[in-house]
Amino acid sequence: MAAGKEFNATEYIGHHLTHDVRPFLGDGGFWSLHLDSVLVSVLLGFVGIGFLWWVVRGATSGVPGKRQAFVELLVGFVDEQAKGVFRHGDRNAFVAPAALTVFVWVLLMNSMDFLPVDIVAMGTHKISEHGFRIVPTADINTTFALALSVWILMLVFSVQAKGFGGFLHEIFCSPFGAKLFPLNVLFNAIEYLSKPLSHSLRLYGNMYAGEIIFLLLWLLAAAGLGWAGLAFLLGLGWAIFHILIVALQAYVFMMLTIVYFSMAHEHH
Amino acid sequence: MNFNLTLIAQALVFAALIWFTVKFVWPPLLRAIEARQKQIADGLAAAEQGKKSLESSSKQAELAIAEARARAAEIISQAEKRDAQMVEAAKVAAKTEGDREKAAAKADIQQEAQRAREQLREQVAALAVAGAEKILRREVDAKAHAELLDGIKKQL
Repeated sequence: MAAGKEFNATEYIGHHLTHDVRPFLGDGGFWSLHLDSVLVSVLLGFVGIGFLWWVVRGATSGVPGKRQAFVELLVGFVDEQAKGVFRHGDRNAFVAPAALTVFVWVLLMNSMDFLPVDIVAMGTHKISEHGFRIVPTADINTTFALALSVWILMLVFSVQAKGFGGFLHEIFCSPFGAKLFPLNVLFNAIEYLSKPLSHSLRLYGNMYAGEIIFLLLWLLAAAGLGWAGLAFLLGLGWAIFHILIVALQAYVFMMLTIVYFSMAHEHH
Repeated sequence: MNFNLTLIAQALVFAALIWFTVKFVWPPLLRAIEARQKQIADGLAAAEQGKKSLESSSKQAELAIAEARARAAEIISQAEKRDAQMVEAAKVAAKTEGDREKAAAKADIQQEAQRAREQLREQVAALAVAGAEKILRREVDAKAHAELLDGIKKQL
């Protein structure tokens, strides 16, 4: 909220839910970019994956330091999940590192929800007067970008594993057998469509809702000193609970990524 | 909820991050972890080997100790036997020597006694002759009675 203006609840929330939109071609429309989402996610990608790279470059097979032990725990955790679900080949070639990327990146992007929006806004107003949303996963473009990438990779792996004929055969003949092929096609179409939708909307919904609840609490805080105290307590509670949501959603997103890759390799 | 260029941009960023992780982050760490796992496995195997060799060598040591103990006992018993034999031999030798010395001493004593007796006899004879001389001084001629006196001397 910019200081000095008359306070207005609708304006406050609307302000914080406005992306920093930069038109690229003509007057924008589809050809415009949410600079905030891209900027923050790229930054977090550099921070997260860069940190891993920095630690891994000096990794020793001897006694690991604290940093390396932390990264090894993280990698071990992701690898354990990948090992449990993906049993169709060498997971180290792609699936496990991809899952690590998803987990680390999504976790960091979700964690931006913890930063106090109004304090961050003091800085980001210098970049964008209209609004600057710092939670990239509360932008449906980001979650859809991830889910669609996973979806496309899933199709590619599916064709790779079964051949194009095998893939088509599966679309027409599974799960009810060749005689009921229209039903099979319908069934598979729904399944293939629902995957990226549920994958992306689950993350987006959780992060967006978390953001809104924080905004409502800060709105409560603006009502007076007593309300501010209550909002502080509620905000603390929500933030603590939100740690769980942030980590859980990152985990769920990673697990679904592994599961989809794994399903692509399964023969029916 | 409006889709726009951000979708494509984020997908590209995502692809780049995955590529980087697959290529540069995952493999070196995996190598380090696998190398450590191998080291640990080797270490455990070596420890197992060491335990086994320790067991076998302590068994060997026990065997050697038992053997040495038996041999020591044997040596001691042999030594004791020889000791007893030597004592016995020494005893026998000492007894023989003693007997021999005793016999020699006895012979000496007998010789001495014989000599003393001989001396005594001669002295008694001389004494008797002297006494007889004194009694028969005047009337008996010593030369005339020498035969008689010799006879007496021999009888003594």
